[in-house]
Amino acid sequence: MLLVKNGRVLDPATKTDDILDVLLDGERIADVAAAGRITANGAEIFDATGMIVAPGFIDIHAHLREPGQENSETIETGTRSAARGGFTAVCCMPNTKPVNDNASVTRFILDRAKTAASIRVWPIGAASVGSKGEAIAEIAAMKQAGAVAVSDDGKPIATAKLARQVMDYCRSLDIPVIEHAEDVSLAVGAVMREGVTSTKLGLAGMPAAAESVCVARDVQLADLTGARLHIAHLSAKGSLEQVRAAKQRGLHVTCEVTPHHFTLIDEDVQYDSRYKMNPPLAARQDRDALLEGLADGTVDAIATDHAPHEPALKDVEFDRAPFGIVGFETALALSLEQLVHSGRIPLMRLVELFTTGPARVLGIERQLTKGQPADVTIFSMDRSWTYRVADSPSKSRNSPFDKRTFKGAVMATIVGGRVVYQQ
Amino acid sequence: MTYRSRDLLALEPLTAAELSFLLDQSKSFQEIQRHPLKKLATLRGKTVALAFFENSTRTRISFGTAASRLGADSMNLQAEASSLKKGESLLDTVHTLDAMKPDCLVMRHAASGAAEFVARHLEIPVINAGDGTHEHPSQGLLDALTIRDRKRTIENLNITILGDIKHSRVARSNIHLLGKFGCRFTLCGPAMWVPRELEELGASVGTSIRRVFRIEEALEDADVVLALRVQSERLHEPALSLNDYVLLYQLSAERLKHAKADAIVLHPGPLNRGIEITPEVADSAQSCILEQVTNGIAVRMALLFLLMTRGEENAIGPSTETAQAPRNRRATDAKGETKSDANEVKDPTHAAR
Repeated sequence: MLLVKNGRVLDPATKTDDILDVLLDGERIADVAAAGRITANGAEIFDATGMIVAPGFIDIHAHLREPGQENSETIETGTRSAARGGFTAVCCMPNTKPVNDNASVTRFILDRAKTAASIRVWPIGAASVGSKGEAIAEIAAMKQAGAVAVSDDGKPIATAKLARQVMDYCRSLDIPVIEHAEDVSLAVGAVMREGVTSTKLGLAGMPAAAESVCVARDVQLADLTGARLHIAHLSAKGSLEQVRAAKQRGLHVTCEVTPHHFTLIDEDVQYDSRYKMNPPLAARQDRDALLEGLADGTVDAIATDHAPHEPALKDVEFDRAPFGIVGFETALALSLEQLVHSGRIPLMRLVELFTTGPARVLGIERQLTKGQPADVTIFSMDRSWTYRVADSPSKSRNSPFDKRTFKGAVMATIVGGRVVYQQ
Repeated sequence: MTYRSRDLLALEPLTAAELSFLLDQSKSFQEIQRHPLKKLATLRGKTVALAFFENSTRTRISFGTAASRLGADSMNLQAEASSLKKGESLLDTVHTLDAMKPDCLVMRHAASGAAEFVARHLEIPVINAGDGTHEHPSQGLLDALTIRDRKRTIENLNITILGDIKHSRVARSNIHLLGKFGCRFTLCGPAMWVPRELEELGASVGTSIRRVFRIEEALEDADVVLALRVQSERLHEPALSLNDYVLLYQLSAERLKHAKADAIVLHPGPLNRGIEITPEVADSAQSCILEQVTNGIAVRMALLFLLMTRGEENAIGPSTETAQAPRNRRATDAKGETKSDANEVKDPTHAAR
């Protein structure tokens, strides 16, 4: 038993914001009550005085690279990094080698997670076989094996026809479709967002429309099929406006935004491959729109798109470097910095974006009440610290935020009643 | 004025004063090109590594000749002969070259920013001889030198650039250099090769850049016309017919009449005669194309000299009259003269002879 004492409990599901004690008994929350009211003889005590106690954070979008790219990350190293970032559950994208496009790969990931993972691992299955955009994958079998969503992430579902089939099928299976929205024909050879900076640097750019054209297609198909459509790593104003309109029309359309997209902009790219990701860093006006969407409720979740690449892969010409950056350990701190300390959103909304928001996308509950899973994230609003990527348990080092000093830090990550990370 | 950086990677970050200094330094090397005996001993015993990861004939020969006329040796790496084809990374390749102890790396690469990337990892000076669609600094300098010779100034001129500006490192280097001297730019070509962002670039360069899609209008009042090479491999990218290009944008004598009567014509080469430029214009008195080639060697000699003699007192000449014809080619001894700062203007032509 673990008694988390005296923390400020923030629970978006119940709109709780109070100084409370939380008693965890193994896998479940045994009790939540006013500070000092719970007596639990023999329970271990975690003093959370001055800290925020929130439901366990969920990262709905990450790459753990196992199986197949273990030089960049493994389920073990990735989840240790995620635990440091306060995440109690991570959804891992299927673009492994082999692609997680069938139940045996899904089971492999879950088996590995059972022995190696610090936190919960929720696999996302491929939408199409090999994510090649040709034949629909064995989605029912993967769901039965434990997949929580489908996606061809890394690229969009190749054709409108296939996307429609996947959405039809996923609606019948009640599983969300996560779309990496990109019209690849508008992005051939592109390594950053098209704009003044790409023009100056002479780097091939993809226009913001490469994303929003695909979002338009998918929103129409979500309307046609009634599927639950989730737009991954949304980065363009035009895309956000379509998601907002779709929600107003009552469609099951949701979206996530990454910390790097609401923190950095295309002007920050200076031939440094740590600033190369897909979708690329957006123009200032797009970034500002994302901040608005985070504030007004259009954005459902903050997701890291943690994309580790071993150093040798990233230390090349900008054109040749793979897309993506690591993101677990800086997600909360960047969100506090950009969203809460700056006064853009209240703290409760921030917690929602890491907990009930992604849970809703996945169709699950997440709250800090009696009987719920004992997954808890404890963080400080004001603790000052400096991120050093060299100290990360991740196998990769591709972060543009190395050596950045933050205000606000993860203090403890608790999964199934067990402290898996403590500051 | 001086040039303080270790490398020359781009013209964008340089000030007008630094650019003027580089042009002035090139001046004395222009003289040498007219001399019957062109070889100096200034860089004797030094080695220039020429690493061309992208096909190039003229720029490679120009740098190689510049090195040789300064008395330096050169080592050549060409993409087709290199181990890049065997999967070696760029970094490993340049580290290998570096281990052979050259004193300077001149590098061309198809990826924008490649020279900057390599420079971050090396200690020796790196000269960017063209990186992707980013910059081609020595070309920008030799163009400016050519313009200054013909027009007596590079200030406040009207510059018209024709062709595929989006993919042109030459255009960018020209804009970054001449823009700092108050030159105004008119960009003209098919719309997909002249994106809107180029106009916005004017704000950061501090000059006016406008797009015009009718060539006659674009040439109006031009002092300098820079015709870019139509790269046939680009024609497929946004599909564009060569016939359409010729019809709308070929620089002909008839069209050139819209420019000022004393307008000059530049082209970075290699020429596609009859495509972006008619033979009549290319061979006219207004054309500076061959002067550009000669000036290329002078500019590259100046760059190699400056970057490879940094901080070396024996490379410092006694003369304070730079940018002048190198009178003292037979060189008085530097010894006994007041030692000047390594970054002060040098008379390169006598040193170490």
